[in-house]
Amino acid sequence: MKQEQFIAAHEADWRRLEAWLATTAADDSTRAPAEEFAALYREACQQLALARARLYSRHLINRLDRLVLQAHQILYGERRHLMKDIATYIVHGFPAAVRSQWRLVLVAALLFYVPLVGMLTVIQMDPDMVYTVLDGDTLRQLEYMYDPDNRESVGRDRDRQSDSDLMMFGFYVKNNTGIGFRTFASGLLFGIGTLLVVLFNGLYIGAAAGHLTQLGYTETFWSFVVGHSALELNAIVLSGAAGLRLGLALLSPGRRTRLRALREESRIALQLVYGAAGMFILAAMVEAFWSPATWLPATSKYVAGGALWLAVLAYFVFGGRRAP
Amino acid sequence: MIDTLRAVQTPEGIDLHLPVAGLVSRALAWLIDILIRGVIYTGLGFGLLFLGETGKGLFLLAAFVMEWFYPVLFEVLRNGQTPGKRAYGIRVINDDGTPIGWSASLIRNLLRVADFLPLLYGFGIASMMLNRDFKRLGDLAAGTVVVYQDAARKEPSLPAARPIRPSFALNQAEQQAIIAFAERTPGLTPERCEELAGLTGPLVTGRPEPAETLCAMARWLSGDSEGRA
Repeated sequence: MKQEQFIAAHEADWRRLEAWLATTAADDSTRAPAEEFAALYREACQQLALARARLYSRHLINRLDRLVLQAHQILYGERRHLMKDIATYIVHGFPAAVRSQWRLVLVAALLFYVPLVGMLTVIQMDPDMVYTVLDGDTLRQLEYMYDPDNRESVGRDRDRQSDSDLMMFGFYVKNNTGIGFRTFASGLLFGIGTLLVVLFNGLYIGAAAGHLTQLGYTETFWSFVVGHSALELNAIVLSGAAGLRLGLALLSPGRRTRLRALREESRIALQLVYGAAGMFILAAMVEAFWSPATWLPATSKYVAGGALWLAVLAYFVFGGRRAP
Repeated sequence: MIDTLRAVQTPEGIDLHLPVAGLVSRALAWLIDILIRGVIYTGLGFGLLFLGETGKGLFLLAAFVMEWFYPVLFEVLRNGQTPGKRAYGIRVINDDGTPIGWSASLIRNLLRVADFLPLLYGFGIASMMLNRDFKRLGDLAAGTVVVYQDAARKEPSLPAARPIRPSFALNQAEQQAIIAFAERTPGLTPERCEELAGLTGPLVTGRPEPAETLCAMARWLSGDSEGRA
């Protein structure tokens, strides 16, 4: 069949498909009825194959190529139910992902909490050990932030004395969630980046807590941090586990190629990253609006903080056991 | 033919040819996005200045969203294109040819951090230079690829001529070469046309104007029936 006969025979169908695609491109709501769509698409596929086999002109093949590609994008595109997906994820997906990755979560938790508790303990015995991690300037800032004499603005350094709670919320979200994302992403460097970030954060937080405890700023410091600790510290652990997942895919891909392992494992890791990000944002809310509330007695903050720890752990242990 | 086309097979058994975008257009698109973000930051900065402390908080929240989700939101909701990519006619899709979704877009954009190391996208550029599809590390992990958005081109018309039947049978590749030549003549100098047409040898020997002869044959080969009656 000559090219022009071929075009004459099918032009009308291609036009119909093109017209349908044009109305659809804008958004789903204006989408015209799709009764013919699948059939037209499959015919276009067949005609493209014929056009290629018969070596019709480049232009015709390009046009069919484009037509098939556009239609393919719609036929095989991802269906998105964002709100429903998020709800399912919170109720089921997140705790289930944490449990399915419990080995790496445990490794990340050890990498984080062992140096944290270790540093805290060591500083009680030898206060000078704090200088192995933090320098004098940082320490002075910290001391200022949690000095019982400044309890009206606890948790804020000298430059942030007058800042509002909302301002601090923005700061915590940007800073902490960003650290979480970086912890995950640096896992791509064979896990080394994640390893260092998690270890260092453990040491840093342990040193700060140890130093302030040893100075006797116990109540200002611990009653401030206890509220958001369950969310924030465990979010760091989960970001770490996600980063280690990436590193492990490259180090020990099993019977897959490294590339394939990376692609599969990064999807799994992302299931932890979503949740960790959510926890960081919740932690920022608590840290900005609840933790600095000086009118609350310290005891109630300890009780609330403890309850939140129990709730977080219970969520990971018992949450999402039933299939969604 | 040497070209950066990537073939992807669909369930219908058809190969889609995706024209993969290279380093330069992607870098320029990235620069435009940086500029746009700079403008937005400045605008927001001035706007929220009047809200004082509250404004600062809102600015930080907006900065967080812009830093991490600017590309994600555009890629998922705007057909794989950030404004910069749109300016250069490129878009991100999954490497099986389907449109990009939330997970893939998030992976490729969160892993930007690793691509950026050790400085100015060092690892990302190395990775792009080392694989056939110009994928940076984030693309490798997410299974995405940046391709040119193939804009519909104007249909090339064959130069007007009375169709001539070639003096002997031609195989399909030869027929296609002649039609392709005719389609391209408007963009070539007359001298180059004659030179190329001369290469066909026996097909045009003895004809006074080889290029015109070939165009006329192209008409006949493409099944033009107008001049034939």
